Amino acid sequence: MAGPELVVVDRVFREESGKAVATLIRLFGDIDVAEEAVQDAFMVATERWPESGLPPNPAGWIVTTARNRAIDRLRRESSREDRHAQAMALQASEEPELHTEPVSDDRLRLIFTCCHPALEPAAQVALTLRLLGGLQTPEIARAFLVPEPTLAQRLVRAKRKIKAAKIPYRVPRDAELPARLGSVLAVVYLIYNEGYAASSGEELVRPDLCAEAIRLARLLGELMPDEPEAIGLLALLLLTESRHHARTNGDGSMVLLGDQDRSLWDRSLIEEGQALVKACLRRNRPGPYQVQAAIAAVHSDAASADDTDWSQILQLYDQLSALVSSPVVALNRAVAVAETRGVAEALDLLEDLDLDRYHLFHATRAELLGRIGRFEEADRAYEQALALTTNQAERLLLEEKRASQRQP
Amino acid sequence: MTQYMLSVFDAAGQEELPAETIEQIYADVDALNEEIMAAGAWVFGGGLHPADTATVVSVRDDETLVTDGPFAETKEHIGGFWIIEAPDLDAALEWAGKATHACRGPVEVRPFQDDPEA
Repeated sequence: MAGPELVVVDRVFREESGKAVATLIRLFGDIDVAEEAVQDAFMVATERWPESGLPPNPAGWIVTTARNRAIDRLRRESSREDRHAQAMALQASEEPELHTEPVSDDRLRLIFTCCHPALEPAAQVALTLRLLGGLQTPEIARAFLVPEPTLAQRLVRAKRKIKAAKIPYRVPRDAELPARLGSVLAVVYLIYNEGYAASSGEELVRPDLCAEAIRLARLLGELMPDEPEAIGLLALLLLTESRHHARTNGDGSMVLLGDQDRSLWDRSLIEEGQALVKACLRRNRPGPYQVQAAIAAVHSDAASADDTDWSQILQLYDQLSALVSSPVVALNRAVAVAETRGVAEALDLLEDLDLDRYHLFHATRAELLGRIGRFEEADRAYEQALALTTNQAERLLLEEKRASQRQP
Repeated sequence: MTQYMLSVFDAAGQEELPAETIEQIYADVDALNEEIMAAGAWVFGGGLHPADTATVVSVRDDETLVTDGPFAETKEHIGGFWIIEAPDLDAALEWAGKATHACRGPVEVRPFQDDPEA
């Protein structure tokens, strides 16, 4: 009997647990204590709210309850001569009521701790989803197709390292900020990408991860409004997400951008994303996420694939290549070159790329070769792409393309 | 405050550095040592002779054995180390950044178990 109050507890948990955990970590200086206390408080809420109704300020109620629970528990433990627990309980109980209010900085501090470069990238992702996203270990394990014990172990190890090595709980100083922010944005982008193009498995899209990444990107945008790259990332994710419903067919196979039914694109996400891109352009401090968002914005401006302003897209890819030298960027740039200057020039560019292990390199090559009638080479390229593709939806698309160009 | 060990790694059999580079390394490390001391972060530090000067002592069946070292069968060995005191990992990593520039080798940062003030 999931009454309305229980649904509310679930919703409050999803929305508020990250904030509560971040505040409790500030109060107690310990991640495990904070997590356990917040879980406790939500358990109490599950029991109490259906009877007593919602408190006037559910989020504040959770933080206060969690704090009191943690102090009680630490006091009980400290009677067994644990000086550390004693000190934590004392410090938190002396904290004036004012400081137990959640402050937005808490979550910002926490995300910088979770995404500290001293932690392995997979642990950064898992910690961020768990502590800020309020996802449970089994959910994260499922989303990344990792056995649950492996993921649990990864979290334990990361939390132990944070404690032992004293990874700080604070927003980095200005001098360190660009590099450290880069690592935070990379984690959010990775979460989105794993949701968007699941690296393996049956479904192409795992919407939970996409939604979570967008929520985190919104949070960063809110908390760091003066960092254009944080805004750029949010814009990029919104514009990519706007095509969500057009990206797969009824049979679960993937639909490429040029073949998508644009009436399925989400106009409100596009408008929000485009407005953010424009705001970034006005600041004139371009970075890789902003330029990728601008590219997505140009695509979303076109009423049909044929209306796409490819010369503007090529210009943006030139700018992006100047900011990041990556073979994947060069591959995408080559697609824009094919549209503006012809397939032959694009194929020449592909010759120089060292992307033999990347399925989309072969898929792009196959597509371009097919367009100029070099079908045998195209067929071999499709074969290479398929050999490297583990996602079922992408495989279906590649097989379809390969079959259709065999009988042109 | 937490104590951290900053270990500098040498790759055995790597090319000998030119004499002037080695001199420059000594000068840079001396300058860094002074900086660490002036900041009050210094606990201990020093450079080691190459790993082929190492001797390993171990116990087997209650008997103490002495063998020619080094203990770890790897190509990389600790060439020297600092023990520093720092408020958190970021502060320790900042010293490590200076250390790797001075020594021209990778530096591993590890926290000590006991917080001396606890």
